[in-house]
Amino acid sequence: MKKLGKFYMLLVLLFLYVPIFVLIVFSFNETKSRSVFSGFTLDWYKRLFHNRIIISSLMNTIIIAVAASIISTVLGTFAAIGINSMRKVPKSVVMNITNMPIINPEIVTGVSLMLLFVFFAARMNLEFGFVTLLIAHITFDVPYVILNVMPKFNQMDPHIYEAAQDLGCSPFRAFRKVVLPEIMPGVVSGFLMSFTYSLDDFVVSYFTTGSTSQTLPITIYSMTRRKVSPEINALSTLIFIAVVIVLIVKNAIEKKAAKKSGMYKGDMA
Amino acid sequence: MKKLIALLGTALVGMSLLSGCASEVPEEADEEEEVSEAQTLTVSDPDYYTRFKGQNLSINVYNWGEYISTGADEGTLDVNGEFEKLTGIKVNYTNYATNEELYAKLKGGGAAYDVIIPSDYMISKMIKENLVQPLDFDNIPNFSYIMDNFRNMAYDPENAYTVPYTWGTVGIIYDTTMIDLDEEDIDWDLLWNEDYADQILMFDNPRDAFAIAELMEGFSLNTEDPKELEQAAFRLRQQKRIVQGYVIDEVFDKMGAGDALIAPYYAGDALTILEDNEDLNFVVPKSGTNLFIDAMCIPSSSRQKEAAEMYINFMCEPDIAYANIDYICYSTPHQAAYDMLDEEVRESPVSYPDSDFIADKTTVFVNLSDEANLKMQSLWTEMKSAEDENTNKWIAPVFLVACVLIMVFVLIRRHIKNKKDIF
Repeated sequence: MKKLGKFYMLLVLLFLYVPIFVLIVFSFNETKSRSVFSGFTLDWYKRLFHNRIIISSLMNTIIIAVAASIISTVLGTFAAIGINSMRKVPKSVVMNITNMPIINPEIVTGVSLMLLFVFFAARMNLEFGFVTLLIAHITFDVPYVILNVMPKFNQMDPHIYEAAQDLGCSPFRAFRKVVLPEIMPGVVSGFLMSFTYSLDDFVVSYFTTGSTSQTLPITIYSMTRRKVSPEINALSTLIFIAVVIVLIVKNAIEKKAAKKSGMYKGDMA
Repeated sequence: MKKLIALLGTALVGMSLLSGCASEVPEEADEEEEVSEAQTLTVSDPDYYTRFKGQNLSINVYNWGEYISTGADEGTLDVNGEFEKLTGIKVNYTNYATNEELYAKLKGGGAAYDVIIPSDYMISKMIKENLVQPLDFDNIPNFSYIMDNFRNMAYDPENAYTVPYTWGTVGIIYDTTMIDLDEEDIDWDLLWNEDYADQILMFDNPRDAFAIAELMEGFSLNTEDPKELEQAAFRLRQQKRIVQGYVIDEVFDKMGAGDALIAPYYAGDALTILEDNEDLNFVVPKSGTNLFIDAMCIPSSSRQKEAAEMYINFMCEPDIAYANIDYICYSTPHQAAYDMLDEEVRESPVSYPDSDFIADKTTVFVNLSDEANLKMQSLWTEMKSAEDENTNKWIAPVFLVACVLIMVFVLIRRHIKNKKDIF
C-alpha cells in the first residue's frame, strides 16, 4: 500500500514537472527544432540577452505587475476595511459585486475594458498603452486582494480595536498598531496573488494593450505565425529557476523564524 | 531652455537603448570603436535622417512577431536601435500574430500606429476602408531599390500606399525518403494522393486551403463566383478523408519529427525546416502558386507621417534590408539587398523563382467581397465539421441545460437553507 502511494505521488509529480523539464531541455538545443534534440548549446541564452524586443517586453511585464499589485493592494485593503464595517446585507451585496470579476470569464473583462477605453479614447486624449494596461490590471487585481484580506477581518476580534482606543490610542494609531498587524498576512498574500495574476495575464492584456508597450505573453503569442523562438525556452527556464530560488529562500526564512518563536506560523503562506 | 530640452531628449533616447549602442557624444568614442566591428551600417543620405533629431519624437511600429533583425545574433544589426541612434526618434515596437488582429486593433481605435506591415489581401481591404493613407514617395527615395516585379501589385495598382517588405510563395514540403518523385513531377495533386493517406497536412485557414483547391481546378485565386467556390470546397471535402490534420505552425514539428510526409507551406519558413532535416525537400509546383507579399503602410490615424516615412525609407536602406531578410529568411523585393545575398540563395528556385514564373504563374491575393468571404467561411466550416456533425450538434445545448439545472438546484437549496436559518 505504501509503495502504491509513492508510485501515485511519482505520477503526479511527473505530470506536473515533465512539461517544464522538456522546456528546459530544449532551451539547450542546438537547432530550432522542438522535437529533435541535436546538441548542447548556450546560444539561446546569449541571444536572449541581446534580443531587445523580448527584454523590453519582460521589463514592461514586471513594471506593470509590480505597479498594479502595489496599487491594488492599497486599494483592496482600504476597501476591505470599509466592507468589514458594513451591515450584513450591504456587506454581502458588495462582496458579491467584488467577486464578480473573479467568476466572470476573463474575455468578458477584457472586451468590456477595451470598449470602455475606446469610448474614452475618442473623447479624451487617452491612448492605448501603458496606462490602459495598468488600469486593466488593477481592475482584475483588486478583487483578489479583498478576497484575501476579508477572512483576516472575520478572524479578528473586533473588540481589540475598541480596547486599544479605550487605552488611549487615536483611531489611526489603533488601526496601525492593532488592526494592521492582524490583517497583514492577508495583505501580503493578496499582494503576491495579484502580482502573479498580472505577471501571467494574457487575455485582458491582449485587449487593452496598445501601440507603446507590450507584455511578454503577447510577445510570445505574436511569434506563433513564424515560430516561437527557443529564446523563450531560455527565458522561461530562467524565470523557473528564479521562482524556485525565491521559494527556497522564503521557506528557509520561515523555518528560521518559526524556530526562533518556537512555533510554526502556518498562515504566512 | 530649448537646448536643455534637446539635451534631455537625446539623453533619454540614449538611455532607452540597451547596452552596446554607442551614443553620438564624442567623449564616448572608445565605446563606439568597440562595437563598430559588428555594426557596419552606412546609409545613403545621413542628412536626411537627422532632420528630427532632438525633437523627442517617437513612432509606433506594429509588425509581425520575429519579423525584424534584432541584433541577437552576433554580427547582425539591431534595426530599431540603429534607427533610434541615427535619427533620435524613439521606436515603440509591438507585435501581432495575424492580419485580422492588426485589422481589429486599427479599426477599434484607441491605439495609434505609424507603421504597419500587413499582407496583400489585408492591404486592399484597408485601402478600401481608408484605414491607410497614401505615401509621399519624395520622402522615401529608397523606393527606387524595389524591383519592378513588385511594384503596382494587384492590391495597390497605383502603388500609392505601400512599400513591399518581404514576399514568398506557397509550395509543398515533402519527405524524400518516402516519396520518390522528380521535382518536376511534384504538383498540387500530391496532396490528394490516396497512397499517402493520413500522412498529409493541410492549411488550417480557409483562404490558403481554398487557394490550393482553386489552383487544381484552374480557377482564379481571387474568384468570387459561388459556383467555383463550391467546386473548390468539394475538392477539399474529398481530401479531408486522407488529411492527417489541419495545422499552421505545427508543420515545423510534425514534418521535422517525421510524423507527416507532405504539407503545403510558405517558402521562407519551409527553408528553416529544411535546414535541420536533410530528408525533406520543398518544391514550388510549376503549374502555379500563390505569391504573398507583406508591405509597409502608414495608417490614416498616424500622427507622425514624416517620421513614419523616414522609418520606411530606413527599412529600405540596403544594409538594413539585407539584415532583415537575412534574419527572416523570406524573399526580398529589394534589388540591392538581393545582390548582397549569397549566390546559393540568389540562385535558389525556392526563394527566388525566375521572374517569368513570378509574372505568369503566380497570383497575389486581393480582398474578396463580403459575400464571397462569407460564402468561403461557411463552406469551410461545413467542410471541416462534415463528419462529426452528429456529436457536435448536441454538446452545446446539453451543456447549457445542465448548467441551468445545476444553478436552479443550488439556488433552491440555498433558499431552503436560508429559510431554515431564519427560524
